[in-house]
Amino acid sequence: MTPDGIRTAFGPAGLTTEEPVGRSTAWWGVTLFVATEGTVFAALLGSYFYLRFQHGAPWPPDGIARPELLLPLIMTAVLVPSSLPVVWAESGIRRGRRWQLRAGLLATLAMGGTFLGLQGVEYHGLLREFTVTTNVYGSLFYVITTFHGAHVTVGLLMVCWLLAASLHDGSGARRREQVRVVAYYWHFVDAVWVAVLFTVYLSPRL
Amino acid sequence: MASSTAACDTGPGPEAMASLSRHWAEAPTLRNWFATVDHKRIGRRYLVTAGVFFGLAGASAVALRTQLAGPEAGILSAWEYNQLFTMHGTAMIFLFSTPMLFGFGNFLVPLMIGARDMAFPRLNAFGYWVFLFAGLFMWASVPAGAAPDGGWFAYVPLTDERNSPGLHLDVYTLGLLFLGVSTTAGAINFIVTALKLRAPGMSLNRVPIFVWAVVATSFMVLFALPVLNLDNVLLFLDRRFDTRFFDPGRGGNVLLWQHLFWIFGHPDVYIIVMPALGIVSAVLPVFCRRGIVGYPLIVFSIVAIAIISFGVWVHHMFATGLPQLSYGFFSAASTIITIPSGLQIFAWLATMLTGRIVVRVPFLFVVGFLVTFVVGGVTGVMFALTAFDQQITDTYFVVAHFHYVLFGGAVFPILAGLYYWLPKLTGRMAGERLGRWAFGLVFVGMNLTFLPMHVSGLLGMPRRVYTYPGGLGWDPWNLLATVGAYVLAVGLLLVVAGVIHALRRGEPAPDDPWGGDSLEWATSSPPKPYNFPVIPRVHSLHPVWDPRTAESTGVGADGDRILAEGRGTLLTSELDGRYERAVRMPQETLKPLVAALGLLIVFLGLLLAGYWVAAAGAALVVVTLGAWLWPPRQTPEEADPAVGGGAV
Amino acid sequence: MVGRRLTEPRRRPGVPVARVLGCGLLVLLAGCTEGAPSTLDPAGTGARRVAGFWWLLFGISAAVFVVVMALLTWALAFRRRPHRRAGATDPIRFVVVAGAGVPFVVLLAVYGVGLRDLAALGQPTEPPAVTVDVTGHKWWWEVRYPGVAGATANEIHIPVGEPVRVRLRTVDVLHSFWVPQLMPKTDLIAGKVRETWLRAERPGRYRGQCAEYCGLQHAHMAFQVVAQPRAEFDAWLARLAAPAPAPASDAERRGQQAFLQGTCAACHTVRGTSATGTVGPDLSTIGARWSLGAGAVPNDGGHLGGWIVNSQTVKPGNAMPPQPVDAAALPDLIAYLESLR
Repeated sequence: MTPDGIRTAFGPAGLTTEEPVGRSTAWWGVTLFVATEGTVFAALLGSYFYLRFQHGAPWPPDGIARPELLLPLIMTAVLVPSSLPVVWAESGIRRGRRWQLRAGLLATLAMGGTFLGLQGVEYHGLLREFTVTTNVYGSLFYVITTFHGAHVTVGLLMVCWLLAASLHDGSGARRREQVRVVAYYWHFVDAVWVAVLFTVYLSPRL
Repeated sequence: MASSTAACDTGPGPEAMASLSRHWAEAPTLRNWFATVDHKRIGRRYLVTAGVFFGLAGASAVALRTQLAGPEAGILSAWEYNQLFTMHGTAMIFLFSTPMLFGFGNFLVPLMIGARDMAFPRLNAFGYWVFLFAGLFMWASVPAGAAPDGGWFAYVPLTDERNSPGLHLDVYTLGLLFLGVSTTAGAINFIVTALKLRAPGMSLNRVPIFVWAVVATSFMVLFALPVLNLDNVLLFLDRRFDTRFFDPGRGGNVLLWQHLFWIFGHPDVYIIVMPALGIVSAVLPVFCRRGIVGYPLIVFSIVAIAIISFGVWVHHMFATGLPQLSYGFFSAASTIITIPSGLQIFAWLATMLTGRIVVRVPFLFVVGFLVTFVVGGVTGVMFALTAFDQQITDTYFVVAHFHYVLFGGAVFPILAGLYYWLPKLTGRMAGERLGRWAFGLVFVGMNLTFLPMHVSGLLGMPRRVYTYPGGLGWDPWNLLATVGAYVLAVGLLLVVAGVIHALRRGEPAPDDPWGGDSLEWATSSPPKPYNFPVIPRVHSLHPVWDPRTAESTGVGADGDRILAEGRGTLLTSELDGRYERAVRMPQETLKPLVAALGLLIVFLGLLLAGYWVAAAGAALVVVTLGAWLWPPRQTPEEADPAVGGGAV
Repeated sequence: MVGRRLTEPRRRPGVPVARVLGCGLLVLLAGCTEGAPSTLDPAGTGARRVAGFWWLLFGISAAVFVVVMALLTWALAFRRRPHRRAGATDPIRFVVVAGAGVPFVVLLAVYGVGLRDLAALGQPTEPPAVTVDVTGHKWWWEVRYPGVAGATANEIHIPVGEPVRVRLRTVDVLHSFWVPQLMPKTDLIAGKVRETWLRAERPGRYRGQCAEYCGLQHAHMAFQVVAQPRAEFDAWLARLAAPAPAPASDAERRGQQAFLQGTCAACHTVRGTSATGTVGPDLSTIGARWSLGAGAVPNDGGHLGGWIVNSQTVKPGNAMPPQPVDAAALPDLIAYLESLR
């Protein structure tokens, strides 16, 4: 940094005003969208706890076994790290490397798809024991996990769209914004999964 | 206190003006009527559509009052009455009040902040079409004999599939979910617009109160509406797919519905009233010939109400047997929320007392608001106190209370805003004399309708009853209320007549008929498609009263605030309003309409149990969104971040 | 130039109509509670407490309203006075004191009073002498007393001057138990047993009505609380426990036969007979009830006949289908039912 630059950065003008460039409209848009979708999940998981504590012991009720942890933990290990290829893809498009963007997105697609597949396997096992209409526990279990799975699916659709668009052209500012929007949404979906894991799978054991 | 931005004063030469007109004009074709993305056209549509829904909901109310004019009147059956009172409440709250105020917001927010459109113009169009379709979806159920009939808050178990068979409550849950998409989209749009698109120099402490109100309302929407959406999803699943969320026999809980509903529902009443209070803060000072007193106090009050409103919901459940400790807390919070409202009332009174009042029709409606909102407010404090609430909730006393705060707190300001901004919306002045008659009848009618309801409630009359027995002392109060309803209806018809007359034969309006201080009065009446030929530089809280604003748009204005090449507006920083860059605005497109139609197919499919149809609708929405966001073919210059990527 | 277009009209704004109407109505109110189940004509401990609270709140509210209207009127009446001198600062302190300071103190005080009243409403000062079990149905009230075999409907008897515990259940949707002159309301919640209490201070018949929208005939779900001296209450309760009176005349005997052999017994109980249906209300004391259909129509022969033949015309949507009773048998059936007291 030049002496002039230092003087500017630490002079009164530099210290008393904000950064020259704020966030973009797309950043605000996706952040607000994540805030509102996050509230749905907060209300849903809050309802889980409300219904559970109003119901009282035993939980799960009606002789249903507590959820197994192995498969959900594997699903967590597949989904949460899938945020990393997204970050890598974002840095790729920032440097203009479209191959990096595509590779990162493909990795995310693969990991997200695996997550959904594993969820299907889990359902296949559990549906023999209880369904969504059995009791309130069944309703909560399937509705919470399906609702999250639907968000994962939408995220994967967005990733596919980005892959298709990257085949087209453009590595300009608009494309970078779109990758960032999808990335934020994907990180949100991963974070919600952690909350779902805690609520549905871990909390009955606490 | 002068300003004028007639074309001869401003910076851009004739070539720049011609270029602006060419880029921003929407050719008056049929396609463009469906494809418009202009916030002014969309805002007007919201106002008209919400006005129509108000008329339908109001007609329902006149029918209800006719039935209740006397005991056991037999004019409406219980079946008809219960659908009409449910649709009256549901439509007034969801299809009239918030959309009407969002319509004002849509038209005014970009103008007041010195922008050329909303941040996301196509999302804006989409929001309107969804609102229209959701409203039609719900109202169409009335002639089909399947209108919602569980009351506007639809408590379970009454609304489960056993106690409410048929489609009535599916129209309710799905209709509100559908509408929620529009409200959420609108809220996101308002926040981003107000944060990023303000004119250079409009720091946060120079943002008009109305814009603060709309932004705070939008934040409330983002956090309250999802909870209602969840509630409706759970009810739909219980009804259609036999889930057990609200089934006590299988471990579910009926109070969950109430908690989720009112966690949304209480903020919702502030979502309704807050933009209306913003209108009062915009209109009142102009007719007092001064700026508003206590701007920082009012902003503080707006933010405080937005936050506290999320912490009071249990006061709707005081009779349900929750623990006394929780009642004590929620009663305290419900009492405290009076304070920020009180601050605003006295700020307005102080403005009147220290100003020089000029009485015109918009001001009369503001006075009407002050009188009725204070009445509603004092009865509201009564309901915050649990012991009193338990005696008087679910009676006509609460019906009186909320009509005073909603009619007083929302409709009077809406009418004030209608008369105040009619010149800007339509280019015509409304007739002063007819407006005063309308005000008189509306004010007398409203009080005659709702004041007696306090009495019938105290005399033991419960609410939501399709009839009542004679001889209990309720008869005269009900008759008075019915007479009042008819007077009110005539007054409102006079409002409509006045607007129509103004459109046909009203005096052409000048740019600034009232001497306003905010930037919408620096445009023509109605504004050009590009709003401002030169985006002004703002130096104070009252830009149009500030000569520096006119200087900034005069001869010699920077070309980068004219943006004559293409459709552009400015992005500025969130806090200080510092110039960042220009951004491109989109052209007219049919994709928002198609996406909204796709959603309509989804919801119709879900309603009629045609799940493959619903899936097809969802696919249409996905494909349309994919095409909507697909990057347009860009030249290298267009892709250059210095010029700016496009907005949504 | 700002203000050029705006000139003052000659008329002054009118007196706020609301104030005139409001004062007039309240004067009427004080005298108009005759016959009404009025919260302002309390006959019970709970309602009396709330009525007192109401007058306190009303007084404060009226004062607030008058102050605000006075300021408003002042501003409007003196709007043509000279504008205040330049340089005067805005009255922020006035706004804060009047808009926040004073309200805070007043609100704190009424909140305190409210808490005290809420605590007092929570339970009676002595333990309850009597318990009554009330179960809400769409759209009638089932009333039983623990330890007493019989049941009645839409009518609760309590001894005057003694606290009575009321246990509340619902078999279907939410209802709300409300007797305005005795006690604030208590909701009936599906899946829970709620409790409230009543203490009548003077004898009388007090109207109650369901206060939570419960569907089609929510408007016709009323009941009566009859407060009687202890001796009369005990006698009434004894009659409730005893079998229904036997038919005395021939017409009543024929009526009883028609009742027991027809469809009636499938849904209704008459104690001491073979009719033990529990879908509809117990009819052992139907002759003495204050109304039919939970307040839908008065209890007399004509209305009773109409109800039996087709109650759907009287209270559409209620659970009782039209009954195939032929015209000859109907007067006997009515005579029998009216004899059940």
